[in-house]
Amino acid sequence: MTATLLSINGLTKAYPGVIANDDVSFDILQGEVHALLGENGAGKSTLVKMIYGLVKPDSGHMVLNGAPYAPPEPRAARASGVAMVFQHFSLFDALNVAENIALGMESPPKMGDLATRIRKVSEAYGLPLDPFRTVGDLSAGERQRVEIIRCLLQDPKLLIMDEPTSVLTPQEVEILFQTLRKLSAEGTAILYISHKLEEIRSLCDNATILRLGKNVGTCIPRDTTARDMAEMMVGDTLMTPKSAGREFGPVLLEVSNLSMKSPGAFGTSLKDLNMAVRQGEVLGIGGVAGNGQDELLLALSGEILTPSEAIKLDGAAIGHLGPNQRRRLGLLAAPEERLGHAAAPDMSLTENAMLTGAVRQGLERRGFLNWSKARDFAEDIIAKFDVRTPGAGNAARSLSGGNLQKFVIGREVLQTPRVLVVNQPTWGVDAAAAAAIRQALLDLAAGSTAVVVISQDLDELMEISDHFAALNEGRLSATRVAAELTIDEIGLMMGGAHGMEVAHG
Amino acid sequence: MLNLEKRPTPSQKWAYMTPVLAVLGTMIVGGVLFAALGKDPVVAIRTIFWDPLFGEFAFYYRPQLLVKGGPLILIAIGLSLGFRAGIWNIGAEGQYIIGAICGAGAGLAFYPLDAWYIFPLMILCGALGGMLWAMIPALLKVKFGTNEILVSLMLVYVAEQLLASMSLGLLKNPDGMGFPGSRNLKDYPAAFNDEIIAGSGMHWGVVFAFIAVIFAYVLLNRHMLGYQIRLTGQAPRAARFAGVNPARLILFCLGTSGMLAGLAGMFEVSGPSGQVSIDFNTGYGFTAIIVAFLGRLHPVGILLAGLLMALTYIGGEIAQGQLGLPGAAIQLLQGMLLFFLLAVDLLTNFRIRLARKGAA
Repeated sequence: MTATLLSINGLTKAYPGVIANDDVSFDILQGEVHALLGENGAGKSTLVKMIYGLVKPDSGHMVLNGAPYAPPEPRAARASGVAMVFQHFSLFDALNVAENIALGMESPPKMGDLATRIRKVSEAYGLPLDPFRTVGDLSAGERQRVEIIRCLLQDPKLLIMDEPTSVLTPQEVEILFQTLRKLSAEGTAILYISHKLEEIRSLCDNATILRLGKNVGTCIPRDTTARDMAEMMVGDTLMTPKSAGREFGPVLLEVSNLSMKSPGAFGTSLKDLNMAVRQGEVLGIGGVAGNGQDELLLALSGEILTPSEAIKLDGAAIGHLGPNQRRRLGLLAAPEERLGHAAAPDMSLTENAMLTGAVRQGLERRGFLNWSKARDFAEDIIAKFDVRTPGAGNAARSLSGGNLQKFVIGREVLQTPRVLVVNQPTWGVDAAAAAAIRQALLDLAAGSTAVVVISQDLDELMEISDHFAALNEGRLSATRVAAELTIDEIGLMMGGAHGMEVAHG
Repeated sequence: MLNLEKRPTPSQKWAYMTPVLAVLGTMIVGGVLFAALGKDPVVAIRTIFWDPLFGEFAFYYRPQLLVKGGPLILIAIGLSLGFRAGIWNIGAEGQYIIGAICGAGAGLAFYPLDAWYIFPLMILCGALGGMLWAMIPALLKVKFGTNEILVSLMLVYVAEQLLASMSLGLLKNPDGMGFPGSRNLKDYPAAFNDEIIAGSGMHWGVVFAFIAVIFAYVLLNRHMLGYQIRLTGQAPRAARFAGVNPARLILFCLGTSGMLAGLAGMFEVSGPSGQVSIDFNTGYGFTAIIVAFLGRLHPVGILLAGLLMALTYIGGEIAQGQLGLPGAAIQLLQGMLLFFLLAVDLLTNFRIRLARKGAA
């Protein structure tokens, strides 16, 4: 277990305006689980893309098993025994498991033989999976199994995993970790990318920490506290958002027996949802991705209409009202997808301020638009939410993810909503910006707004929610007081292991 | 090797430069093409781009610029609204024909009555006819999700059959000694779309084209509906989030473009063309698609592009007459213009970089 498998020496990759990786060096030993830690934008993804042959480094070199290693493309990387499971799955919903796996192979065997091999590998590693099920029907955890098995069929020496647990329930994470430990015990090295520190402490042997593209240190996760690792990642002491003790007022938003068909073919329909949010309350809604979060946001924002009695604001039925009528009444929303949904990528920030601000900010009069007022509003958002941009005239797509997210959240917060619904408010946002966004949501609640936070980040939900409920296959669990919940209970609310039996002996 | 790299913010400078570059590129490659055909490229290019404006007979050609540019601009303005929103009306030619039939039909119904209201009524009928023809693909799309590209295009052929039937039947000139085609509206002053200033080429259709340019400019830049059109084209989901009603937008965009195409047809039939005839339509509805894109779907751009396209039409005819250039070569030149524009267009959103050899 001491021989070096992959040695990375001085890898550097620059993109226009940003150095993604600056002289990064470290070694991965055979059979170890090596964590690659860092905030969003620290350069983790670029680094693994270079290892996997997707990106060519500007300078530096790698040595794999004593031989120089410079994969020109992923196929070469796979041939050398390097496999990767991506954060976003590349599977076809309409095909079955075996067909999906065959698509990624150089010379796929006969479907029957492949199915047998899939069964064998999946059972050997405690990842039961039926090769003939349609991928569209699988849960996120099961889809990840497909990706992992696809890699394992290549018999890899190094398995790269990019944020694998972001789509899993705590129970599913435990199953995954058992599989990874087993692989590691058999001599497969695993490069594990994450920013979830407790997971890394329980799984990984070594950790390399990146900050702004540089290797800023290594540590042995078991012997380091999560807080110390976090501060190495951020390079600063961390601020935790504070919520003042709040009094809850009357119920502002009430959802009763809401059922809604998903607009997408493989989306999740909402089934008989019930919830109520009071003035001054933060309701956290957890759940694994793809269990109805997007649909819930669409129903609440008014992008999809529902029976009018299903959604009530201040006791008045609003299910039949469109987005702007709801805005007028004080129900605002911020969707998950920043580019293309919450904001138009090629439009300026001023134009994007108009997108949701027209009604409440009085940017429109009898159909005619007041652009100077819209620019003032955009500049107000930029100033109050510390959005880093040269000015309101810049296109939304020129902003980094975190900055655009601050803009999108700020745009709604500054409109003094009565009820604010946000989906994944800090997804892909660096720790400092995430803390600022969470603080803004808490301040909003303190100012007597009802806030609904839909998120897949349990730590975030536990930090800011007063009450917690979980979405699972389009159903919403009963609402519980957040402070009284254990991780196990939360996991069960999220659907436990989604019926994936554990096959570890 | 050359690498294309996406610009974080589209370049304003290139947005204005690309049409100029596209025209220059067209002239150069067009010149090569003419040389290959055995003509003097400089003379050919001068004949097409210079002579109609400043040549010996420019006094005759300049009014033609407005006569040919007017309908192109009018139609292209309408199309550009839909194109901005991702709604593709390809059937402006059909709406143009129906507008002409309805407009001329309304006028001829009153023949030989002389009254002030006849011409305004024809304008109204022409606009309505074009709009209703465009409402067919619009309603089918809203109700049944059909593809408006196919439906609007197919309706062009239906409209052409209708045109033939009208010129041979219902609208045929009773005094025409059996020849196909309607009465000539030039001989019916109450319905004739005459030049407003004699010898300028300026008829009511050109006036409407200029009004349409201003209307579209205000709509797109200052009005909620224009904002929603742009938003829908750029980010449909964001548009839904912003409260845009997609069905309403489809009806508005197709209806407006049909109306403007219908108007163009009506002004053409009652003015420069004069009569409903089997070969009345000459492809303005299709050329307007090129004009719309050549003008960057921007009202002022379309105004300039329409005049430029009219110039190539007129210059092309002169070149055919004087230099014996084949008509196909002129069409090639016009196609090249759009091709070059799309190619050079990349520079607005991308910049070119020389790729370094990858070190690894």
